[in-house]
Formats: sequence, C-alpha cells, structure tokens
Amino acid sequence: MPHIELPEPDVGVLRRLPILIEGLKSRVGQDLLIVDEDGRRAYETDAFTAYRRVPMLVVLPRTTEEVSKILKYCHENDVKVIPRGAGTSLCGGSLPTEDAIVLCISKMNRVIEIDYANRLARLEAGITNLQITAEVAAGGFFYAPDPSSQLACTLAGNLAMNSGGAHCLKYGVTTHNVLGVKMVLIDGTVVEIGGSALERNGYDLLSLVIGSEGQLGVITEATVKLVPSPEGARPMMIGFRSPEAAGSCVSAIIAAGIIPVAIEYMDHAAIEVCEAFAGAGYPLDAEALLIVEVEGSEAEIGILLGRIAEIAARFDPKTVQISSDADQSARIWAGRKAAFGAIGRISDYLCMDGTIPLAQLPHALTRISQICAEYGLKVANIFHAGDGNLHPLILYDANSPEEAERAELAGEAILKLCVELGGCLTGEHGVGIEKRELMTTQFTPTDLAVQMRIKTVFDPTWRLNPAKVFPLAITNVMRAGDAASTPEAA
Amino acid sequence: MIARFAREKRGIEVVGHGALRNTGRVATADVVLTTSGLKGVTLYEPTELVMSARSGTPIYEIESILAARGQMLSFEPVDLGPATGAPGGALSIGGVFATNFSGSRRISAGSARDNLLGVRAVNGRGELFKSGGRVMKNVAGLDVARGLTGSWGTLAVMTEVTFKVAPLPQTMQTLAFVGLPDDLAIEALNIAMATPLEISGAVHLPKNCVDRLKVPKLKGVGQSLTLLRLETFATSIDERREKLKVALKVYGKPIELDAEDTFSLWSEFRTLSMMPFSTETSLWRISTLPTKAPEIVAAIQKFMDVVAFYDWSGALIWLEVPAAADAGAADVRRAVAVRGGHATLIRAEPEIRNTVEVFEPLKPEIERLTRGIKSAFDPSGLLNRGRMYANF
Ligand SMILES: Cc1cc2nc3c(=O)[nH]c(=O)nc-3n(C[C@H](O)[C@H](O)[C@H](O)COP(=O)(O)OP(=O)(O)OC[C@H]3O[C@@H](n4cnc5c(N)ncnc54)[C@H](O)[C@@H]3O)c2cc1C
Ligand SMILES: Cc1cc2nc3c(=O)[nH]c(=O)nc-3n(C[C@H](O)[C@H](O)[C@H](O)COP(=O)(O)OP(=O)(O)OC[C@H]3O[C@@H](n4cnc5c(N)ncnc54)[C@H](O)[C@@H]3O)c2cc1C
Repeated sequence: MPHIELPEPDVGVLRRLPILIEGLKSRVGQDLLIVDEDGRRAYETDAFTAYRRVPMLVVLPRTTEEVSKILKYCHENDVKVIPRGAGTSLCGGSLPTEDAIVLCISKMNRVIEIDYANRLARLEAGITNLQITAEVAAGGFFYAPDPSSQLACTLAGNLAMNSGGAHCLKYGVTTHNVLGVKMVLIDGTVVEIGGSALERNGYDLLSLVIGSEGQLGVITEATVKLVPSPEGARPMMIGFRSPEAAGSCVSAIIAAGIIPVAIEYMDHAAIEVCEAFAGAGYPLDAEALLIVEVEGSEAEIGILLGRIAEIAARFDPKTVQISSDADQSARIWAGRKAAFGAIGRISDYLCMDGTIPLAQLPHALTRISQICAEYGLKVANIFHAGDGNLHPLILYDANSPEEAERAELAGEAILKLCVELGGCLTGEHGVGIEKRELMTTQFTPTDLAVQMRIKTVFDPTWRLNPAKVFPLAITNVMRAGDAASTPEAA
Repeated sequence: MIARFAREKRGIEVVGHGALRNTGRVATADVVLTTSGLKGVTLYEPTELVMSARSGTPIYEIESILAARGQMLSFEPVDLGPATGAPGGALSIGGVFATNFSGSRRISAGSARDNLLGVRAVNGRGELFKSGGRVMKNVAGLDVARGLTGSWGTLAVMTEVTFKVAPLPQTMQTLAFVGLPDDLAIEALNIAMATPLEISGAVHLPKNCVDRLKVPKLKGVGQSLTLLRLETFATSIDERREKLKVALKVYGKPIELDAEDTFSLWSEFRTLSMMPFSTETSLWRISTLPTKAPEIVAAIQKFMDVVAFYDWSGALIWLEVPAAADAGAADVRRAVAVRGGHATLIRAEPEIRNTVEVFEPLKPEIERLTRGIKSAFDPSGLLNRGRMYANF
C-alpha cells in the first residue's frame, strides 16, 4: 500500500461541479473542457505512477487570456487548480486531486519570437524542451537544459521544477537559462516577471517562481537564453574497479582546472542494463563507469580528452575509451539518456533524486546498498557526478503493494542519508507529494515558514497545486483559513 | 540582535563595509548594523568548486584564498567603492550578493545570483533561516536564496553565503577593434558572442571613455575601442583568437593584447576606474537588450554630454551624465522606457537620490507582489527602510 496521504476530496465542490462546468463553458467555451471520465482519466497521474486521482475537470486553454479567465473563475468559486504540462513529473508534482481542475497548457506551444541578434527566444510555455532546440538549431544555437525526458516534457514543467540535465555542469539548470516569464496569478492577474534584459528590476521574483512547482501561478510564456552550439563534442568512457577510484578521478579532473560539459557516473547494475539496451560499448566488467564529455574544435577536444585520460590513468582504470565516431557518441548518450527507460523494461523502479557532496560518493553508495538490502530490494545508481546529483533507482514489483511500500521506505531512508551527508532531498525532480513530508529533515519550521509566506503572497488562499511541496499538516492549516496570518516560527 | 530591534520596532540600516553606502536611496534608520564583524571562510572544497563565507568577509580576502588554489569568483564582482566615493577593496561578499553586481565575465559565467548556492540570513522578524545548500543542484522548496539577491538588505541580513567558484583560466588575450561607431561595435560584439569561442568579456568604449583608460598600450589610441576577451587553455587560445579575427574580419584589424595587458585592462573595468567619483557628474546603470543599447545612449546624448561604457555585449550600460537637479532621470527613464530595460541611479548627491526614483519604478501588479514579499520578510519595515523604494 502506497503510504503517502492524499487529502479527502471536498464534497461541496464536487456537488457544485455541474454549475462550475456551465460557468467555465460560458467564459471560455466548451471546446477547452474535458468532462467525460475517459478523457479525464488520461490526466489521473504523472510519471510517479503509484498514485492516481481522476480530476473532476480538465481544461486545455490556448491563450494567456483564457488561462486568466479560468483562474479568475476558480478563484471566485473556491476551486483548486493543478497546473500541468506533459505530466512527466517523477514526484507527483502534477498529480490531480479529485476536487480540482487540471489546467493543462500543452496546447500553448507556439514560438512567439526568435531573436538571434540578442540570443533569446520567446515561447509559449507548453512547447516541449526538445522543440525549442529544434527551432533554433538552424541558427547555430540551442536551449541548454536537457532533461532526459526532453522529447515530452514542457518548458512550463521545466520552469516549475527548475529542471536540469546531463549537460548542466557547464550550462547550468533552468534557472540559469531563463530571462523572464508571463504568469497568471490565481485571481487572474497577468504579470510579467523578469523580461528580456539580463538583469532583473527590483526583487528577483523570477528566482522565486522558477522551481516553485506550480505553487505561485500558472506560467504561460517564457523568454529563454539561446546558447551557441559548440563546434563539436565528444564523450569518453572510463571504467573503474571501485566507486572510490571513479570519485577521486572526478575530483582530480576538476582540480586540474578542467570543467567538462558532463561527467556522468553509472554503477555496475546500471552499466549492464544500459549496455543491453543501447549497445554503446560500455565496459561490462567495470564496477563504475564515467562518461566524460568535452566540447570545442577537433584539436581542442583531442587535447582535453588526452589530458583527462592521463588523469584517469592515475586511478588504475580497467578501460579508457574515447568515442571513435559520431555514431558511437550518439550511442553512448542514448544509453545514458535511456537509462530510466532501459531499467523500466526489466523492473518497476522508484527514481530517487538526492544530492551529495562529491567526496561522500563512496560512502553514500555503500550506505545505499545497505539500505536497499535491509529492505530486500535491488538498486542501480546513476549520478550526475560533476554536480553531486545522485539517482538511485530502487527496483521493485509494482504488483506487490507490500514491496511498493518497502521501496518507498527505502527511498525515504536514502534521501535522509543525502541530507545527513550535506546534500539535499532533490537536485532536479522536485518535491511534489513524494518528498513533501521529508521537507522537515532538510528545513527547520522557520525555513519552511519563510517559504510558505512567499506562497501566501502569490496565492493567498492556497488554491494552486494543493497538498504538495510542504508537509500536509501545515498546508491544511494554511488552507483552513489563516493563510494570511503567517505561521509562528519555532 | 535583530530580534531585539524587531521587538523595539527600531529601523535598521544594514551595511557591509561601506563600499556602496552612497548608492541607492538613503535608508532611514535608528541603528546601523554592520556585518564587518562576521568574517571568515567557513568551507572551501576546491574539487567541488564550492565555498562558504561569513557575509562580512572582504571580497579581496576571498579572492586571494581562491587564487592560492588556482580558482576565482567567475562572476568577477564589480567594486563600485571608488566610483561612489568610498574606498576600494572594501566590498563584502554579503554586499556582492545583496546587490547582485557582477562584472564583465557575467556574459559567459553568469551573475553573482547565478553562482549563489545557499544562504543563512536573519529577516526583519529576527528569525534566522537558511535556504539552498552547498551542492550545485537543489530544488527542494522555493529558491529563497537567489530570491534575496538584488534586494539590497531590505528583506534579510545574510550572515553566511555559499557560492560556486571556478578554475582560473590558464591564459587570456584581448582583441581590440579600433574606431567603430557604437552601433557597429555592438553588432560586432554580438557576432562574436554567437560563435562557440566562449568569449568571456565583450565591452565597447566610445572615444571619450577610452581617453580615461590607464593601460599604456591603449591609452593614447584616441578612438573608440571594441574589446573581446578570450580566456582558455594555453593550447587553445591562439586557435580561438585566429577564428575570432576571421569572424570579425569586416570590422578591421584589431590590436592584440597579451595576458598581462588583458589582466590590467579588465581590472580597470572591475572598479569602473574610467568613471571616478566626482560631484560634477552622476552615474547610471542601465540593463537592456544589446541591440537597443546604442539607441538608448544616442537618445540621451541629445540632451546632455555623456560618457558611456557598454559591457556584456551591450546588455549593460554604465552611463556618466552631468550632475543636474534630477541627475538626468527624466531623459534617461524616457529613453529606456520606449526601448525596453531598466535604469538604476548609482551615484548622485544624497538629496537627489532621495527625490528621484533610484530604482526603475515598478508596474502596479509587480509593486503589489514586491510589497507583499517585503512584508512577508520584514512586516514592520525595519530593514533598510526606504533604501530601494520611498514608501517601504
Ligand atoms: C524518463 C524520465 C526522465 C527524466 N529525466 C529528467 C532529467 O534528466 N532532469 C530533470 O530535471 N527531470 C527529469 N525528469 C522529470 C520531469 O521530466 C521534469 O520534472 C519535467 O520538467 C516535467 O515537465 P512536464 O511538462 O512533464 O511537467 P508536469 O509533470 O506536467 O508538471 C511538473 C510540475 O510543474 C507544474 N506545472 C506544469 N505546468 C505549469 C505551468 N504552466 N505553470 C506553473 N506550474 C506548472 C506542475 O504543477 C508540476 O508541479 C524525467 C522524467 C522522466 C519520466
Ligand atoms: C565598525 C564600524 C562601525 C561603523 N559605524 C557606523 C555608524 O554608526 N554610522 C554610520 O553611518 N556608519 C558607520 N560605519 C560606516 C559604515 O559601516 C559603512 O559606510 C558601511 O559599511 C557601508 O555599507 P554598504 O551597505 O554601503 O556596503 P556594502 O557592503 O557594499 O552593501 C551594499 C548593499 O548590500 C547590503 N548588504 C551588505 N551586506 C549585507 C548582508 N550581509 N545581508 C544583506 N544585505 C547586505 C547593504 O544593506 C547595502 O544595501 C561604520 C563602519 C565600521 C567598520
């Protein structure tokens, strides 16, 4: 039995549903509404599939103005709203509640303006991540954050989660690549936060909005930075005898003043599965694999990879292999980017997303194996080594509620470990419902009060994306009415 | 201490080391709280590219500790002390993040805000809180740490900051194109920025600004200079320089500066030494789109004599204007308003800073949110009251 508590639906709201449907129809027209149950069922979960709730209504607006009308109506009629992009959240971030309206912006996916001279693009936020790069590739640019889900996930979801990707070591995550957003507040007010200039005017509200998991408003447009495509890029693979050796090698590369675009780590279990899937030539006899990618001209790439190989040699690697051609490079990355999918083909899994200081890697991996063994479960580890973001994939059988619960408990123990080691609960997937109750391990009541007061400024009655991010007991108090009066800190 | 002032409802002026005391509106306060006693680096992991320091630690101390391990603050914070009539080198690390004033390398390495990872701070309620952490990626909860950047001590007093550091480049060179008018210069800089050559500085100085340079090799050029800095490995730099020259062939044959001259030249920009303190002039900082920058300067120039320094390929303009009753605010704001962006008055006599808006006025719906945030952090309005906006 999955053990994360979901709030009981508000029957009063459900009873008013027919009136609410009529009300919305008269404001935005019938075409935008999904009323029938089969249609709504498509929105019952995200990529955190253990939890499902069919929303009472789904709305698919096409314009900011429609979003504004919908939110204003929900605000006036005390209806909760779940903002949604593509529903690929791994933490239940876009999971509906039965008494809420899902406001999905996937239809708002136009390019508004591409400005090569100033290296920026203005887009509707429902555009997919990969589509942005596709639109600007011909101009010699790309959009840098590259979550593995980039084919499906939307810019809105990326903004709400502050998503990262394998190449963030060099290019940063979403918050480093966005200049401004257009957002609709719960009362229907449309605000422009940030703009197209590099610097913000006044308080940095944009920093608060990015990563706010749909808690502050509904993002409808964004202005993003465009980055010139590198002349070339090439990965190399280094197989090690131990996690210690791989971890020390990462430190040594950075100590030598080299910041590769990506340093990805896979443990033995992950190597086996991904190799079977992609045939990239991963070393099957290694305990740990590093994929290190550098960019530049042919000459620069050759020199840098040569220096990295020299550094790696100090750590007694089993194999050192520089990608021989574009085809192998593509396969090396295909294997890494498909890692979740490849593992998903052999087992159900829970994907954890803690971060740790790099020096703690060997210790963390040992503890993670122990924890999973205690719960009688297997684990595969993938790690964005350059920035300390660890993805243990806990394998379990979803048909066994008992095993599913054990997997959740093991996951919790791992995240607590990450916080203990000086890291945090989530590096890129967000809190959602999954890590909501764990927030108190990373934050004091005061830390959380500081965050919740900001939520209250934007969403005074706590109608947006309820029961997420903050521990349920506290959010219930907020919703119960004294949201305006801020909680007393401990 | 703040908790006590909060109970007594005493206004507090938050000061680091005085480097920027003369910028912004003059805060009204009963007490001055200085972080200059909060000193010292508390964590430094060179192989994880991370450092924590107490907020009053002087920036030069941090930079020398980093340099000893071959590292740096990649966002190259500008020290406006000398330009605003305070001593140079006094800037505190807390002040750097409170103002988010980044230097020339911002275009390739991001701003101070981009490199901030976590803070400990005390808000106007006297509560000590933390946000973020010491790891590069952290999306647990709202990003309050970055939200505090640019708030000029009006929301909370940071006591400790944790930030990303970077390796020092092995070597550097500068190409200086001579005699380009502002619009062509900005065009050239942006063509360079669109190449994958990882330009780490893109500056244009009109002639009257060049006349104030100190670097011997450029001092007497007597024409405008358009400057591009390359920083990379010794094995790459010549290849990149030659590629850059090819990309910008139509803009003429550049003067080439070696690593030493490059270092001196860009150090001048870090203290804005071309715009020294004077009561005869005022100083503005304008953030806009690169392609709009020359138009903005030209529009203001119709009304007054100006000295402009374009940084970040035109996305930032430092503009010196003659001292006037409103420090040129009416003309500057109008020129910016029609072209997009925002302007901050950096230097003017205190009476002027308290009568014109120092920060770009906010749109009503943004002002509503801004006031909401201010009162969430500091409900009694104790911290740096009036520093950013007259009424809160
Ligand atoms: C196979 C797989 C691989 C993944 N790899 C990565 C990875 O490498 N890096 C990474 O960071 N993540 C990764 N993810 C997680 C996920 O893809 C990201 O969190 C993504 O940004 C979610 O985008 P989405 O459009 O699917 O958003 P959704 O799942 O629909 O929503 C995510 C959150 O955003 C909010 N939201 C959606 N739209 C709006 C809006 N318009 N305004 C305000 N809030 C809104 C929702 O309420 C929710 O809280 C992966 C997921 C999968 C399934
Ligand atoms: C021991 C000592 C005692 C002094 N006593 C007085 C006095 O009684 N009266 C007097 O008028 N002057 C006094 N001064 C001088 C005064 O401290 C300096 O002028 C002052 O340090 C100016 O700081 P600043 O805010 O301009 O500088 P910066 O440090 O450059 O700060 C710039 C901005 O950042 C904010 N900021 C700085 N640090 C933080 C932080 N940690 N958290 C949040 N925001 C921050 C500031 O509020 C300001 O808005 C004293 C100086 C010293 C060294």
